[in-house]
Amino acid sequence: MAKHEHTAPPSDPALRVKALESLLLEKGLIDAKALDEIIDTYENKVGPRNGAAVVARAWVDADYKKRLLDDATAAIAELGFSGVQGEDMVVVENLPGLHNIVVCTLCSCYPWPTLGLPPVWYKAAPYRSRAVSDPRGVLDEFGVSLADDVEIRVWDSNAELRYLVLPERPDGTDGMSEDELAAMVTRDSMIGTGVIQAPK
Amino acid sequence: MTETLPIDQFPELPRDDQGPVFSEPWQAEAFAMTVTLHKAGHFEWSEWVDYISAEISTGTPPDENDHNAIYYRQWLSALERLVADKGLSSPPELMHRKDAWRRAYEHTPHGEPVELVRAEQG
Repeated sequence: MAKHEHTAPPSDPALRVKALESLLLEKGLIDAKALDEIIDTYENKVGPRNGAAVVARAWVDADYKKRLLDDATAAIAELGFSGVQGEDMVVVENLPGLHNIVVCTLCSCYPWPTLGLPPVWYKAAPYRSRAVSDPRGVLDEFGVSLADDVEIRVWDSNAELRYLVLPERPDGTDGMSEDELAAMVTRDSMIGTGVIQAPK
Repeated sequence: MTETLPIDQFPELPRDDQGPVFSEPWQAEAFAMTVTLHKAGHFEWSEWVDYISAEISTGTPPDENDHNAIYYRQWLSALERLVADKGLSSPPELMHRKDAWRRAYEHTPHGEPVELVRAEQG
């Protein structure tokens, strides 16, 4: 590849927001957790549940799932969702014995048309570095404890490629409609920091 | 939590039947920062409404077609003014930090975390 190594800065307002947010957090004027709670409230307002619809479709339609794993950008576009900056999507499938987790070492790289707003922890340095160096420890902190023999694959998003985890469909959901299934799919399960609990 | 905020008072707030809508993450982040600052007691919500209203009535409409982007550019300008007026930050400090972030991006190779320290390496 040609020597084009640097990262294009985000738009002017996005930089101003980063400037303001980093200053307010550093000065202790706002609390990261409080900010996260507000953002979580609105996480579904950008790309409302789009990723969940993609996952639910893949669970009920084997042909769609195959297309999704072959060419996620096209398969996601079938449902009417697309990347805003022309980035390509890659969907990675969780399987028995294999767990995928997505990190974004560049904070601007998040598939928000499908996943909504990036949570603050996702953009924070500890997650970005530790998801790569100690994914099992990070997953533990999210309450996801995997057996020692489960392989963990860490996918590092970049400006051109954004990843989405296809979580395992929980047991006991055979009779559910696609909408009911979509309602179970959490943001964190599509980042890989959560698993979907089987219905009680 | 935010249900208690009188968002109905906002002129032109992009919203649907469930609340505000955003077309890019920075818009929601600007929104969330404003709510968080208010909840932390840095200003009254009515003060904020005055600032955003003033910005909308006096600000120059940006040359864009995206209503959300236009609205939240005004929102961000109002927030920057309020933060400065409250002594929480200042225009030079914000400008300096914005430049630092821009340089951090420009000095960060693809695939590595963008950190502010990289701005110093230029």
